[in-house]
Amino acid sequence: MNRRLAVCLMLLIALATAGEALAIDEAPAFTDEPRQLRYEALTQELRCVVCQSNSIADSNASMATDLRRLVREMIAAGKTDDEIRDFMTARYGDFVLYKPPLTARTYLLWASPVLLLLIGVGSVVAVIVRRSQRPLAADDTEPGAGS
Amino acid sequence: MAEELTSPNAAGARARALVPAVLFAVLLGVCGVTLYKIQHRGLDLHEIKSPLIGRPAPVFRLPSLADPTVMVSNEAFAGRPYLVNVWGTWCGECRAEHGVLLEIARRAELPLVGLDWRDERGIAGRYLATLGNPYSVVASDDDGRVAIDWGVYGAPETFLVGADGQIKHKHVGALSIDVWERDFVPHLKAGTAAVAAVAP
Repeated sequence: MNRRLAVCLMLLIALATAGEALAIDEAPAFTDEPRQLRYEALTQELRCVVCQSNSIADSNASMATDLRRLVREMIAAGKTDDEIRDFMTARYGDFVLYKPPLTARTYLLWASPVLLLLIGVGSVVAVIVRRSQRPLAADDTEPGAGS
Repeated sequence: MAEELTSPNAAGARARALVPAVLFAVLLGVCGVTLYKIQHRGLDLHEIKSPLIGRPAPVFRLPSLADPTVMVSNEAFAGRPYLVNVWGTWCGECRAEHGVLLEIARRAELPLVGLDWRDERGIAGRYLATLGNPYSVVASDDDGRVAIDWGVYGAPETFLVGADGQIKHKHVGALSIDVWERDFVPHLKAGTAAVAAVAP
């Protein structure tokens, strides 16, 4: 029993760290930590436009390889993260960013979680208020009260 | 007493019961329209709208496929409309649209510039020799840099560049004569009309 638990734990740890082990580049792009971290963060937030559901850090598509090389070169050339993001969106649009910027076109997108939450809370409150206002006895006598 | 209370309530309850049905009908309608567009209007949900439409076409300078010692540039076509077709011999859809490209070239409405994307020169040369060459010039984009400049994400892609040097239209996927006549030719006509208006 204990051994099984230990195996499960080890598997979980292996799964959790698999992301690190599966880094797609054969060698780190940069030898210095700060630039390597920027490279990793940027390639994680840029979408692979061919595969569309991967970041370019996760994709093996040749297009993603090209984009990773470009990111590496631009970091090496001293470009800022924003300059690299602008370069990509000028060519591929906001779609290339996993985190789209807050613009007039994306207000609804960004507001949708809050809106949905408000609608949910609103409905719950409405139901509670209506139930509490109804005479208690009516609950038992009214046919189809549950619907 | 009970009668008075329930009758307005009943009407309200009936109206409220309709709300899910109406919402469901709207959802069905949206799904239906989308499916219709996919089936009959060539809607592609994976298509990424290019931010380059209406902007100046990126200039490239690349070795020619026919002779790598010669550099070719799309600047040579500035001042008149031309097509840029991104293709590769590894791309099955490109082979599927090749006949359409040959037909467009035969109509001689505008020159076709080929961008051979991440390809092998020998194979590409043989491909054109066998199937026919619709291009006025073919540039080899061996490392895919120019393709990124043009926002290319999947071959084949076809760009229409107007006489003013701006990208007028982009088509992702294989061309057909129907698509050509529906989406490209109107731009060409508008372009010649504008030119005629400026220089009568």
